[in-house]
Amino acid sequence: MSNLALIIYCGLITFLTRFSMIAVLKKEMFNNRIREVLSYVPSAIFPAIIFPGIFINTNGGLDLENNPKILASIIAIIVGIYTKNILATIFLGLAAYWFIIFV
Amino acid sequence: MNDKLKIFLTGVKDTSPLMVPVVPFGIIFGVLAIDLGLTPITTIAMSIIIFGGASQIIFLQLISAGASSLVILSSVGAVNSRHLLYGTVLSEHLSDLNLTWKIIVSYFLVDQAFAVSNTYFKKNKQDKHKHFHLIGGGLNCWIIWQITTIIGIYLGSIIPEKLGLTFAIPLTFLALLINDFRKIINLIVIIISGSIATLGYEIIPFKAYVIVAATAGLLVAIILTKFFGKNYE
Repeated sequence: MSNLALIIYCGLITFLTRFSMIAVLKKEMFNNRIREVLSYVPSAIFPAIIFPGIFINTNGGLDLENNPKILASIIAIIVGIYTKNILATIFLGLAAYWFIIFV
Repeated sequence: MNDKLKIFLTGVKDTSPLMVPVVPFGIIFGVLAIDLGLTPITTIAMSIIIFGGASQIIFLQLISAGASSLVILSSVGAVNSRHLLYGTVLSEHLSDLNLTWKIIVSYFLVDQAFAVSNTYFKKNKQDKHKHFHLIGGGLNCWIIWQITTIIGIYLGSIIPEKLGLTFAIPLTFLALLINDFRKIINLIVIIISGSIATLGYEIIPFKAYVIVAATAGLLVAIILTKFFGKNYE
């Protein structure tokens, strides 16, 4: 599949997930239990992007020793929990990473 | 000033503080897309057609890992499943709209617009033009997203690779999840999903580690919420 075709399909899926419930649902077809479970979707999916991004090196192998990303991520988490600020979390995490690799 | 415009502008105003983190996110997306060898046109097409930060980033991540189309599609679907929740929550306020408006509103239903419009809708249940609030917020986000994508495309050809900007991907998602780190059930789900994705990265076939890890994480969430009821901090 060409990149463009794939992008169009991904766009369709994205649109349909946004559209389907608005189009189909008439109030309260979803009970609270399903709502509650759906609220865990970010916590279930984002770590699958976060963790490999930190622990897997460019060759696809597990990288636990001398990995500056681990310390930088811990700093980012601490900053995030204390400040609750998304921007501060990203930038101080990146700054910590650059500090470790360049200084 | 007429009602629709006023509500539209309220949406723009309400989403504005949330646009601050969108700026680096869009720039990072543009930079990475160029770094990974996509053309500027393809990159812009992605931001217009998909118009979803998380979906676009995971698309890049998986395409650079050599994942198949099917895996990319299902992973994008998985990342997007949170929109089902948004639609579910908003549907009671939007069920009177005609199909055209529902289509337009759906295109603009991004995280930031959902967050502020959901609050607005609850306070203005009777207002029949209230959907303009979501369109205002969504369009605000859309414009910022396109501009920052273009800035990123431009910067992508300048920024040296050794800056390690790919690390910005996990950092951005980490930042989006930061409030969940305080809640015990979420934290357990995060650790389980992350561990499975990391350990399964090389082992799970077809680079389906995102789907496998997310499914496992969600199953754990289902079990834990059943036994412990409400989440506590």
